[in-house]
Amino acid sequence: MSNTKYSEEHEWISVDGDTVTIGITNHAQEQLGDVVFVELPDVGSTISKGEDAGVIESVKAASELVAPVSGEVVETNSALEDEPGKVNEDPENSAWFIKVKLSDASELDGLMDVEAYKSFIA
Amino acid sequence: MTELLKTPLFDLHVANGGRMVPFAGYEMPVQYKTGIVGEHNHTRQKAGLFDVSHMGQAFLIGPNHETVSDALEKLVPAEIKGLERGQQRYTQLINADGGIIDDLMVTRLEDDEGTLMLVVNADCKQGDYDWIRANIPHGIHLEEHSGHALIALQGPASEKIMAAHCSNTAAMGFMDAVASRFNDIDIHVSRSGYTGEDGYEISVADDKVEQLVNALLADDDVMLIGLGARDSLRLEAGLCLYGHDIDDKTSPVEAGLLWSIGKRRREEGGFIGAERILREIAEKPSRRRVGIKPLGRAPAREGTEIQSMDGETIGTITSGGFGPTVGGPVAMGYVSAEHAKADTPVQLIVRGKALEAQITRMPFAPHNFKR
Repeated sequence: MSNTKYSEEHEWISVDGDTVTIGITNHAQEQLGDVVFVELPDVGSTISKGEDAGVIESVKAASELVAPVSGEVVETNSALEDEPGKVNEDPENSAWFIKVKLSDASELDGLMDVEAYKSFIA
Repeated sequence: MTELLKTPLFDLHVANGGRMVPFAGYEMPVQYKTGIVGEHNHTRQKAGLFDVSHMGQAFLIGPNHETVSDALEKLVPAEIKGLERGQQRYTQLINADGGIIDDLMVTRLEDDEGTLMLVVNADCKQGDYDWIRANIPHGIHLEEHSGHALIALQGPASEKIMAAHCSNTAAMGFMDAVASRFNDIDIHVSRSGYTGEDGYEISVADDKVEQLVNALLADDDVMLIGLGARDSLRLEAGLCLYGHDIDDKTSPVEAGLLWSIGKRRREEGGFIGAERILREIAEKPSRRRVGIKPLGRAPAREGTEIQSMDGETIGTITSGGFGPTVGGPVAMGYVSAEHAKADTPVQLIVRGKALEAQITRMPFAPHNFKR
């Protein structure tokens, strides 16, 4: 997954041309514990780096999906809203959250690669 | 910041993968490897083992039951004089304004004339002890039960599991309390808990608790349970958490704890704070603690504003989260009396949006106490 980047908010960002897929890392789901509620942004809406792009609630607490990049939401994994527990089961694969068409590809430069992320969470 | 305290089971928690967090001045496990939902479900289906050694255990000691119960009845609204030997009761310490200083369990020891055992909340214990000492007459004294841990075994398999080590516990009824022996360990055990399930709470010397816990964990039906599931279990059971659902401003009448106020006490009063409590019993309180069922999937947490369908603020959620047994969000809170009837539709303001909800009867998960 050499074209996968990571944010300090514990999101993974898989880059495919000018579109990225965003989810939360295994480390993030471990810290959250059992995820019981997911709210995703609407397809067609615009998200801005650093701002809320969704809601993730565990049994313990509510937290936000913080947009690691800016752009237009082109697809959402609405299955998560019906089965939020998938986030715990397969966070870095089938339990992706949103796909975003980048408005500023240079924002990717500020994200970590996998090695940097590993040391970030160590 | 002062250093966090550890219970005698700290090393056992860590060795079992407990995720330790600060709670009421102690380092306590919020969950183990299984996670909150798995721990919650295991407790409802089999048995969960909880370390509650952070709670305060104390004895109120006087020359005889008549004298010591009379002293405690000045501080709580429950019927204490009428407690049988070996019987436990839930009550509250009440301040001069009728608010709740703490909620606690009171046991009349079965073998000791003139001694009541108290179990109080960890966060409140020093304040409780100071309050009690300042308000009891000469000849009665409070003694902390130091050097003793407290654990809870909760869930439908508890009776079978305890009976293997301690044969006289199976015959105990709900809220019975006896001194007993667990294998060769001296314990004081009550049939009670904070999950809505059948189970036991066991007081045991600090240097014996690990041995006792390991004997219980040897049974495949027993799993260690952290504070996270303890909270979701008690919320589904409709039980109050001090500092959240009740505090020094709420009265037991508003909190729906009228059942815990003795009939004689309602007539006679004679306890600190009785004026407000007797008035609220007569005139009905202006707000009431109720169960709240969010109708969607989103949990509504503590502090969430409750509105009528007209958009008028009618109250606040005091505990809210996800109920694994219910399979969805559950909450409790206070609403003005005219909106407190079961099935009343209300709206909850979560992240700026109004979510549909309904006032509902509690518990959310049926109680399975031993009767």
